[in-house]
Amino acid sequence: MTAVPPTLPASVDAEASKDIQRVGKLSRAERRAIAVKGKLSSPWASGLAIIIAILWTIPSIGLLVTSFRPALDIRRSGWWTTFSDPQFTLDNYNDVLFGSADLASFFVNSIVITLPAVVIPISIALLAAYAFAWIDFKGRNLLFVAVFALQIVPIQITLIPLLAAYVDADINGTFWTVWLSHSIFALPLAIFLLHNFMKEIPSSLIEAARMDGAGHVKIFFQVLMPLLVPAIASFAIFQFLWVWNDLLVGLTFANQDSRPLTVAVADLAGTRGNAWHLLTAGAFVSMIVPLIVFLALQRYFVRGLLAGSVKG
Amino acid sequence: MTRSILSPKRRALAAVAGGASLALALTACGGSGGSDETSGSSGEASSIDCAPYEEFGDIDGTTVHVYTSIVDPEGATMQTSFEPFTECTGVEVDYEASREFEAQLLVRVKAGNAPDIAFLPQPGLLQTIVRDTGTIVPAPDAVSKNVDEFFEPTWKEYGTVDGVFYAAPMDANVKSYVWYSPTAFADAGYEVPETWDDLMALSAQYSEDNDGAIPWCAGVESGDATGWPGTDWVEDMMLRTGGPDVYDQWYKHEIPFNDPQVVAAFDAAGEVLKDPAMVNAGLGGVDSIATTPWTDAGFGLLDGTCFLHRAANFYQTQFPEGTDVSEDGEVYAFYLPTNQTDIKPVEVGGTFAAAFNDRPEVQAFQTYISSADWANAKAKATPNGGWVNANLQLDPENLATEFDRLSASILTDENAIVRFDASDLMPGAVGAGTFWTGIVNWLTGSSTQEVVDQIEASWPAS
Repeated sequence: MTAVPPTLPASVDAEASKDIQRVGKLSRAERRAIAVKGKLSSPWASGLAIIIAILWTIPSIGLLVTSFRPALDIRRSGWWTTFSDPQFTLDNYNDVLFGSADLASFFVNSIVITLPAVVIPISIALLAAYAFAWIDFKGRNLLFVAVFALQIVPIQITLIPLLAAYVDADINGTFWTVWLSHSIFALPLAIFLLHNFMKEIPSSLIEAARMDGAGHVKIFFQVLMPLLVPAIASFAIFQFLWVWNDLLVGLTFANQDSRPLTVAVADLAGTRGNAWHLLTAGAFVSMIVPLIVFLALQRYFVRGLLAGSVKG
Repeated sequence: MTRSILSPKRRALAAVAGGASLALALTACGGSGGSDETSGSSGEASSIDCAPYEEFGDIDGTTVHVYTSIVDPEGATMQTSFEPFTECTGVEVDYEASREFEAQLLVRVKAGNAPDIAFLPQPGLLQTIVRDTGTIVPAPDAVSKNVDEFFEPTWKEYGTVDGVFYAAPMDANVKSYVWYSPTAFADAGYEVPETWDDLMALSAQYSEDNDGAIPWCAGVESGDATGWPGTDWVEDMMLRTGGPDVYDQWYKHEIPFNDPQVVAAFDAAGEVLKDPAMVNAGLGGVDSIATTPWTDAGFGLLDGTCFLHRAANFYQTQFPEGTDVSEDGEVYAFYLPTNQTDIKPVEVGGTFAAAFNDRPEVQAFQTYISSADWANAKAKATPNGGWVNANLQLDPENLATEFDRLSASILTDENAIVRFDASDLMPGAVGAGTFWTGIVNWLTGSSTQEVVDQIEASWPAS
């Protein structure tokens, strides 16, 4: 996603203010060192971060500006020419949302696809991760490595066999094919991340619960679950963004009536590309939900990037 | 009516219902539900003679699943044109379209999930599927009879693989067109040229009259298919410099790709495409052709920055809504002229309806779309124009625009020698690979000989 500018400047600022808070407790030499460091590196770092952020955002801004331009302008000149001759219209959004493309109704499809495709893998992965982390059984490590290794299977090579299996099982053409496919593709990473998160919980906590007579079910729901909420949230965001933005799985497994927003956007350009000026507006319509999710849950997202990644 | 004619809102409701209950979703979306619901949008449909479909027995209430690359808005007119068939037989047509059709069709065929009917945009794809998978079933006798009756024999040949007739022609595109501005022609007192020499003379005349202005505009950028509009140029020239027989030998590889006759065709196209005095009007130098999107290259006709633009008939849908496409309007096209006096070679494209199933309702549907009834129903269902086919009994009166009638008359002209786009007939590695990239190299500095040698070297050993 190029939609969201990186949060570098904000985090750099936070670092700087932390440095300042710490200053009071330090010796004079250290204080001087920090001051020097602050004078030298911080403006450069912030400046660089800001430049990167701007460069990173320019294409997105270009897309946004383009999406409001009249069709002929989009096709004949670059978005930057808008500044000398500003002309804006909402026609593209009107066409995209309520015209023949009617993206508004595909929103529902995308939501219907995304929610189960997030809930199913997380539910299964939680149970699997618990087993891998806290139940001792023979071949556990080998099995865990096997599950972990599944991540290297590229989803492209699974498309045809998977579709053939769905056809044999006679569930082709339903939402199940999309839900199951997303779940299958998500599980290896989900199990790995949640397992690592669960492993980080001190074993004394689990043992104490066992001493008190708690079984696996009780430990799972009453001891681990409350501690796991941030991990679940961060993975849920990952999976949500992945499924929402997915084109390949939707294209291959969804039928005409269950296709998600991304597939509809891909078809916006028309049979011979004669309506490609609608693509930018379509892209922004499909971006709204991930943007809201990202901004609202940014905290978990950044934490999730670090979760479980250091400990194997 | 068909399930896909359901309004999108209703589709959305179905989707909500599916999501609300996971268990119910299986039944809600799995069956071909909603068969008795009518959308009441059959206003354009005309009644037809139902007799040809009686031989297929009682097929009322069945469904034919169609998969195609023709998405909306063209897809909507396609669905309307199937309504007379549904009225006759009671067979639903479940229409599914995707721009990723060509890749997805192969995935589905390999996974055992082929549609009943696919509209294949090129004979090469038909050959690939027939030879590699054998999943396409031969066309029934009724279709074969229709095609014999309504089409020129060359069209049937393109739907035939290894002597077996599989797919009837549907749409036709006329590629041998030069777009121009009738108003600009009238203002300057120019006439539509009758021969290739006249066309070159007119180009020179235009430059002379306008202080060395550049007459032609061109663009071959088309995403991962960049180069294909350039192949059309060369193919059109091949038909004009080499003639149809050499053209056939060329795409069948009976003569090598670096044969002197192929070089001659490239160089004839190069008279325009590689001459800085001829291209690229309002867009840059010769090398700007490779980077200009084909969809937008001809827009200079509208504001006078470009004078001539060679593009197929479907280029008319690229012009902004409200553009006057007519013989004395803002833009129009004339047949790309030739110096040949006995024939009028026409380069065409088109789609072919191939069936993966021989159920009676599928065969009945194949029969319908190969008939003159369908051609006329489709013409009536396309009020904005932009559609023709090569059916000899297509009544020009039913076509929506003057330009479509011109295309139909070119296709059915008695001197017309129709040849299908050669790059669609060549093996994929060349026709959708090195020929395209070769065009880009050719336009950005490589010599003709270098390019044809490279393409010849890439021709797969059969």
